Amino acid sequence: MTSVNILIAVCLAYVSILFLVAFIAERAGTQGRGDWLLRSPLVYTLSLSIYCTAWTFYGAVGNAARSGLEYVTIYLGPSLVILGWWWILRRLVRIGRSHKVTSIADLISSRFGKSNTLAIVVTIMAVITVTPYIALQLQSVTLSLSFFAAAEQGVDVSTIDAEAAAFWIAVGLAVFTVLFGTRNLNVNERHHGVVIAVAVEAVVKLLALLAVGFFVVWGLAGGISETLARIDASDLGRWQTDSSRWATLTFLSAAAFLCLPRMFQVMIVENDDERHLQIASWAFPLYLMLMSLFVVPIAVIGLDVLPEGSNPDLFVLSLPLSEGREGLAMLSFLGGFSSATSMVIVATLALSTMVSNHLVMPVFLYRHRDGASQSGDVRETVILARRLSIMGIISLGYVYYKMSGGSGALTAIGLISFAGVAQFLPAMIGGILWRGATRYGALSGLIIGFVLWVFTMLLPSFGPGAVLSAETFETGLLGLGLLRPQALFGIEGLDPMVHAVFWSLLLNVSAFVAVSLFTFPNPMERLQGAQFVNVFEHSGQARGWNASVAESEDLMIMAQRILGAQEARHLFASQARAQGLTGSLPEPTPDFLQRLERELAGSVGAATAHAMISQIVGGTSVSVHDLMAVADESAQMLEYSSKLEAQSRELSQTAAQLREANTKLVQLSAQKDEFLSQISHELRTPMTSIRSFSEILRDTKGMGPIEKAKYANIIHVEAIRLTRLLNDLLDLSVLENGQVTLNKQTGTLSELLDRALATAQASSSRDLKINRRHVNETIMLDTDLDRLSQVFINLITNAQKYCAAPHPELTIEVNDLGGVISIDFLDNGLGIPKDARELLFEKFSRIGAQDSNGAGLGLAICREIMSRLGGDITYLAQAKGTAFRVVLPQSKALAAQ
Amino acid sequence: MGKHVLLVEDELNIIEAIRFLLTREGFQVDTHSNGTDASETVRALKPDLVVLDVMLPGKSGFDILEELRGHEQTADLPVLMLTARGQSRDREMAEKAGVSRFMTKPFSNAEVLTAVRDLLYVHQKKG
Repeated sequence: MTSVNILIAVCLAYVSILFLVAFIAERAGTQGRGDWLLRSPLVYTLSLSIYCTAWTFYGAVGNAARSGLEYVTIYLGPSLVILGWWWILRRLVRIGRSHKVTSIADLISSRFGKSNTLAIVVTIMAVITVTPYIALQLQSVTLSLSFFAAAEQGVDVSTIDAEAAAFWIAVGLAVFTVLFGTRNLNVNERHHGVVIAVAVEAVVKLLALLAVGFFVVWGLAGGISETLARIDASDLGRWQTDSSRWATLTFLSAAAFLCLPRMFQVMIVENDDERHLQIASWAFPLYLMLMSLFVVPIAVIGLDVLPEGSNPDLFVLSLPLSEGREGLAMLSFLGGFSSATSMVIVATLALSTMVSNHLVMPVFLYRHRDGASQSGDVRETVILARRLSIMGIISLGYVYYKMSGGSGALTAIGLISFAGVAQFLPAMIGGILWRGATRYGALSGLIIGFVLWVFTMLLPSFGPGAVLSAETFETGLLGLGLLRPQALFGIEGLDPMVHAVFWSLLLNVSAFVAVSLFTFPNPMERLQGAQFVNVFEHSGQARGWNASVAESEDLMIMAQRILGAQEARHLFASQARAQGLTGSLPEPTPDFLQRLERELAGSVGAATAHAMISQIVGGTSVSVHDLMAVADESAQMLEYSSKLEAQSRELSQTAAQLREANTKLVQLSAQKDEFLSQISHELRTPMTSIRSFSEILRDTKGMGPIEKAKYANIIHVEAIRLTRLLNDLLDLSVLENGQVTLNKQTGTLSELLDRALATAQASSSRDLKINRRHVNETIMLDTDLDRLSQVFINLITNAQKYCAAPHPELTIEVNDLGGVISIDFLDNGLGIPKDARELLFEKFSRIGAQDSNGAGLGLAICREIMSRLGGDITYLAQAKGTAFRVVLPQSKALAAQ
Repeated sequence: MGKHVLLVEDELNIIEAIRFLLTREGFQVDTHSNGTDASETVRALKPDLVVLDVMLPGKSGFDILEELRGHEQTADLPVLMLTARGQSRDREMAEKAGVSRFMTKPFSNAEVLTAVRDLLYVHQKKG
């Protein structure tokens, strides 16, 4: 018979080996060696197996013996999560890494604006919900030890005084955890030693269970087919399966897998590489499958072989022992011990981190505001706080064990924990998927869910009369029938576990969603919420400063460069005031640094600002990643701004063109109206005289022949005027439309002027003296001589009509200006008033309307003709009288000889 | 003694025609051929009716009409306006300025006579 003393010695030896492994791993880790193993997906997957505690090691068989296949749900939930919710896990891991999350309390508080209240609530809830679970480990180790003791003394297990054993086991576990978990202070660093020890324990518990399984199938039953036959013959398959219980259990184990503090610790905090999740997503379900492989055979054979009344939770131990296989029993015991210790270590480690970070440290820092800058003090305090919390948590587990009488089935106790941690699920999943979730929503959901869990599950677990009186179970809290702990709101007949989970989670989720919808997140919550929900869009950099070495002056110099001297001084001074300092430089607190980063980001982009501050703060050096982000940002900004510039240039060009076109259209429309009015006037005026006088001639009887002749002549003159007007209009229209064909001829300028003068003088009775210098006029022309002559006639006629001098004279001067020849027509009249000169060549412009014969088209026609001939006609402003200059290009004028 | 008509017009032949018509009907006709001092001339001659052209050298018929209407002495004086421009906008402007009758050239002699008689008759009755 194995004595209990030998068992204890073996345990101590086993623990020493674990210590050694952890120590070597830690050393290798700090020296950067052995990464192939320490940071391997295999170790990560094995560390996830702390999900399988003593509860699964012993309890699965017990559960199978009691309730048939229900135990499968405990394995089903996690498998579904890691296979199907791989994306949620990846999101959690990414958030955990980028925000340096240390625990589930930290995650939830950080998501909801780094709320301290939430951290405290989650921590307290976690401690309370995990306590039964630790008690469970205590109970299983105590149970297995007592079993050996009983076997040694040859008495029944129930006669052994288990309480003293449980106490010493609790002390042992506490010492063990303190030694293991708090050698290394920094919780941000990963516990490579602990993780590798957990992995070793995972292998031990799997081997132990498989060994027992092999022994049972081939040693006791006599092979696979016999085993299957005995399973068929057993009652196991005939157990009633309650579908609501199945669904609830599967859901609970899935939720627990995500929310249990120890699972969060190994899965997220200790994760080295996101890609490990991919391997774990099939390797971990495989591990679970192997763990559950022999559960049914062990349960069935145990029920068959062992005497009636044997505790099915101990079949794993009692079966080998009953056959005298002490070595196997020892291995099995070590498997159970491994399951319990690894769970207790990691769970208390995770909880102590929360307790010290969220409960102890804030209080300590508040009370030692002045001394907190001495880092030595704080380190000591943190370690002490951790160690005390570990002891406190294990003590709580012991107290729960004692209060619950150490008698409950392992599965029932485990489920209480599961349902408790499941209350974190809405806040956690809602927080990382829904930006609208607020801290008040999370807080209300958590508290309501927790209170209901305590009332409907935790307190009843102590049994009627322990905390809740028997009357409360019967008639409800305060005698209110609606508040019966296992039949809330009058809903009866549900399984107590299903009932508790249903109500606590339903009201938890409802409160979370409803309060979130009716409250508004503060800026910090918005910021964090956005970063959590969009964790994959944000860079992997943690946004938070931890700088005590930063020089405010350096920051000031940099800020001045970017924000401008005035703005930077203003910002720094206001921050200093906010910190309660008298100077103009604030302390480089993380808050101030974050504020400064945001300010700088407004000017130079987020990545640049981050890189700049990290350069000065020095805590993190500028990474290539940062620099690439800076380059990217600048390039994008440059491209964008040049694009904008081009667009705005184009727009203003288009606008200018539109304005121009519009102005032109308005002018054209006004011109058209004016032109029509002018034509109308010019046509109607002669027609008026013609009509009037023709009526006079027709209607007046006895008119004398002299009068008759006079009026007939008026009609005649006006008819000619009309004809000429129409000719001019047509002429102008042809010229303007460019439809004119030039009829080129050669001749001398002198001859052309002679002809023009003769024509003009023939149609006017007014005397006009002409001055010419014929010598200069011996120029050969090669152009449309008729058209040119038309221009000359017009100019001469104008002089005849409008020259106001008593003895009108017209001087015609020809000059070679080099490249062009000019022909000037100068009279000795008054000239044309300055304001009228501009419109001189426009249609219908008349200088003084005294003469009724001109329609004002003559000069307009002249201009059109000269432009067709490649020359020009202008008014000479400097001359005394009226003076026009006709210019012809030399090519059109060939010098004679 | 016939009624006194002042013709403000710059087209010599049209002056000739209207003067002939009105004189033959027994009116006393004076003429004025530029716009610059037309309203002063009206006030000086105190005619019973003004026949006013629109396109006059110096000042347009519309401006002259406005001056007449703005002056106490000539505010109610019948004015017959003649224009060769013939756009509907001109008629609107004339009516706005307070014209008594607006006619477009070319007109028939009978029309002019009827208009002149109407205006003088109506004015007489009113006055």
